[in-house]
This record gives sequence, structure tokens and C-alpha cells, in this order.
Amino acid sequence: MIPAQFDYVAPETVQDAIAALAEHGDDAKVLAGGQSLLPILRMRLNAPGVIVDLGRIPELQGISEEGDHLVIGAMTTYAALLASEAVSTHAGVLSKAIHTVADPQIRHRGTIGGALVHADPAGDVGAPALALGAELVIAGAGGATRTVAADDFFEDLFTTAVRDGELLTQVRVPKHTGWGAHYEKFVRVSHQWSIVGVAATVRSEAGSIAEARVGLTNMGSTPLRAKAVEEALVGRPATDEAVRAAVASVADGTNPPSDLNGDSDYRKHLATVLTRRAVLAAAGA
Amino acid sequence: MTRIQVTVDGVSYSDDVEPRTLLVQYLRESLGKTGTVVGCDTSNCGACTVHLDGVSVKSCNVLAVQADGHEVTTIEGLATDGELHPVQQAFHECHALQCGYCTPGMIMQAVDLLNDNPDPSEQEIREGLEGNLCRCTGYHNIVKAVQQAAKAGVTS
Ligand SMILES: Cc1cc2nc3c(=O)[nH]c(=O)nc-3n(C[C@H](O)[C@H](O)[C@H](O)COP(=O)(O)OP(=O)(O)OC[C@H]3O[C@@H](n4cnc5c(N)ncnc54)[C@H](O)[C@@H]3O)c2cc1C
Ligand code: FES
Ligand code: FES
Repeated sequence: MIPAQFDYVAPETVQDAIAALAEHGDDAKVLAGGQSLLPILRMRLNAPGVIVDLGRIPELQGISEEGDHLVIGAMTTYAALLASEAVSTHAGVLSKAIHTVADPQIRHRGTIGGALVHADPAGDVGAPALALGAELVIAGAGGATRTVAADDFFEDLFTTAVRDGELLTQVRVPKHTGWGAHYEKFVRVSHQWSIVGVAATVRSEAGSIAEARVGLTNMGSTPLRAKAVEEALVGRPATDEAVRAAVASVADGTNPPSDLNGDSDYRKHLATVLTRRAVLAAAGA
Repeated sequence: MTRIQVTVDGVSYSDDVEPRTLLVQYLRESLGKTGTVVGCDTSNCGACTVHLDGVSVKSCNVLAVQADGHEVTTIEGLATDGELHPVQQAFHECHALQCGYCTPGMIMQAVDLLNDNPDPSEQEIREGLEGNLCRCTGYHNIVKAVQQAAKAGVTS
């Protein structure tokens, strides 16, 4: 099926894009890589009157380094992130997670900003963003910007801190240079969305875990950060036994969905297994 | 209507399109390039794969207006002077198709894969073709064709 009719604008600056959103209000919808939005429009699940395409705004593209942060433009594609040595060196868990997203064709188009704002709980980008403590720069009316921590960004199913009329412009990622990283994604067939996924990044010192960050995919209505597990891991040796004990409670307080791929209890069990694997792999064990 | 200018298989076209027109629709219905096919409604199958500025995309999941000012290569643009592209030749020789419906997309993705990684392992070939579904072959001969093309040292 093809989308319902809409008008199309392709501004060349963030300012013009925000002005277009202000002009059209509720009737406008932002288009990034289109890899989630176009299927939605084609299935007629949504029928905006105006599409504001961000694809012609150079300032939203690219990856740079600012001191101890990586700064990633919202329109940077998965493929560009995977090709970036800066990302694999300083934010390894993001590279690892993105490698598992969809397929090469979709990774050539899909963007980090689109993935984060779309906020599908089974999407693979939220968990590493949480694990890395990313900061999300949002531009609004008049071009004013605000910065929201990843911990406060995901509000509910498909809902983030980005309000109508606003744009996500940048993802600022504190460098995790020298941290080990792993993304453990559980699927039954290839090319599937995560049934459960776990992003882990670990700083090791002399064979034991000095610091750990853990994000969970599809364990609730938003990606989640497993703070209690992060704390329990500190100071532990990177052995199967020690990590198994530290991550045993990772599913406590989560509310994962039940669907054809598995019921909620099954996902809770999976989360403990996958977290152990992800942490051990990130610690190089 | 929005005016777009797109180069497809080396020829420049200028057309008025409705913004909602999908790239695959534009290729098939406006330009008559029916070599690119549609196999699904969900952007899963990969049958519609073309190259946009040299990299593979699913043309059912790109708007024609997004291709404005850019360059598209379809399966119809791969052969040169009646000579099959080496990946096409390898698909032919390895019997990498049965009904042939997935083949245009499979070949376009295989070319992209080899551009990216000229010497892929079997596992890398299978992962690189993850977004292309085939209901007939069981993939075995498709993988063999890509291996043969890689040996022949293919670049686009
Ligand atoms: C077959 C298939 C398989 C997939 N498999 C996976 C998978 O395994 N894992 C996974 O994580 N994802 C998967 N995806 C989804 C893919 O990752 C999408 O690319 C991504 O979710 C959306 O990014 P986009 O740039 O394409 O955004 P779009 O589709 O263009 O936009 C998505 C939403 O975000 C809004 N938006 C986009 N950018 C901004 C911005 N800068 N500011 C404000 N709002 C914005 C849009 O208005 C829209 O509501 C799959 C998609 C397909 C079609
Ligand atoms: S028709 Fe485009 S992916 Fe199936
Ligand atoms: S040959 Fe029939 S779908 Fe692949």
C-alpha cells in the first residue's frame, strides 16, 4: 500500500525545520531515515498532512569529538556509525548494538535520532544510549535548546521527552575509552527485533570489574537501565560464578511484555542469562 | 506535485511526482523499470533493493522525493553493453534462483556486500543478505554464487 497524500517540505536548516513544525502544528510529522515512519504511513496507521524531511539539513549529520564527548548528529545513519572508528573506540557498546539492527539496507537509511525518538521498546539503540549515559540535545521554538539525560528521555511506549514542535538534534556520548562492550540480542530467526537484548559496557582493572553499565531492551514499555546490577558488579572478578550472582536480580521490578515470542516470565529468565553473557563478554572473560 | 531530478541507471530524469510516491513505484510506473519488484508490504523481503548513491536501500521504503538530486542504480543498470555483471553471471552459473522473484534484490544486495567486503566468509555473506528473503532456493546456491563472484574479484 502507499501512504495517504501529504505535502512535503525539505528545509535546509534546523531553524527552518522548527518553523515548519510550528506552522503546521499537529498536522506535521518529521521524516528522518523513514525506516519506521514510512512503513507506518504505508499501513495507514498515521496520515499527517505535512512531512518535514530532515534529510537535507547538513548540521544534523556527522560525528565529531568535543573533549571527553562524542557528538553525533541526529541524522547520522547506522551505517555511518558502524563505519566510525571514533564510535567503536569510545562508545563500543553502541557499535555492537547497531550491528544487530535490521539489515544492511535499513542500516544505510535509518538514523540514530529516528531510532531514539521512535522509542520502540524492542529497538536496539535505547539500551546502549542508557548504558553510555548519553545526553540528548533537543531544539524547540525559536531555536532554544535543552539537554536531557538518557535516564530521563524515555517516558513510555513510543514516547520520549521530545515534544510536538521539537527536534532531537544531537546525541552527546561521554567517551568510554578502554571499556569493554557487548550487546547480547536474543532472537529466534535472523532479521528479527529483540525478544530481549542486553547492552553491557565494563571497565576492568586487574581482572576484576571496576565499573559496569547495563541497559535492557524490551523488558518494559521503555528501555531500562539496570542500576542495581551495575552496583552489584563493582569489584567482582569477571568469572561466571561471580557475575551470575551479581546479575541474578536483573529482572526485579521490570514489566516485560507477553507475546507470541515469549511470555513475561520467560523474558525475565532470559534477561538474567543474557545479562551474564553480555557482562562476561564485555569484561573479556 | 513536487519536481524531482534523479539519475537512474546513468540517465537523468526530471519529473513531477506526488510526495507520497515510493521510489519503487516511481521506478516501475513512471520509468517503466519493472526489473525492480515489490515482494512485501513491510520492508522485510528486500526484493525491491536498489542502490542510492552507491549503497543498497529498499526502494519500497524511500520516497521518490528523497531521491531528488541523487543517483539510483537498479538491476537493469548492472549489465554493460549486453555483458552480464559478474554477480549476475555467477547467479546464472550457480543456479542461484528458482522462481527468480527475489533475484533482482538479491543481486543488488550481493553487489553492495562485495563492494563493502570483497572477500566475505560464508557467515558474512549470509549476514549481508539478511534483509533479502528467498522462498525457493534455501539460499545455498545464492551463497555459492556470491562466493564465486568474490573469487572472480568483483567490484561494481
Ligand atoms: C524490516 C525492518 C526491520 C527492523 N529491525 C529493527 C531491529 O532489529 N532493531 C531496531 O532497533 N530497529 C529495527 N528497525 C527500525 C529501524 O531501526 C528504524 O530505522 C528506526 O527505528 C527509525 O529511524 P529512522 O531514521 O528511519 O526514523 P523515521 O522512521 O524517519 O522516524 C521515526 C520517528 O521518529 C521521529 N523523528 C525522527 N527523527 C527525529 C528527530 N531528529 N527529531 C524529532 N523526531 C524525529 C519521526 O517523526 C517518526 O515518528 C527495523 C525496521 C524495518 C523496516
Ligand atoms: S518490497 Fe521492499 S522490502 Fe519487500
Ligand atoms: S528464487 Fe524464488 S524467491 Fe528466491
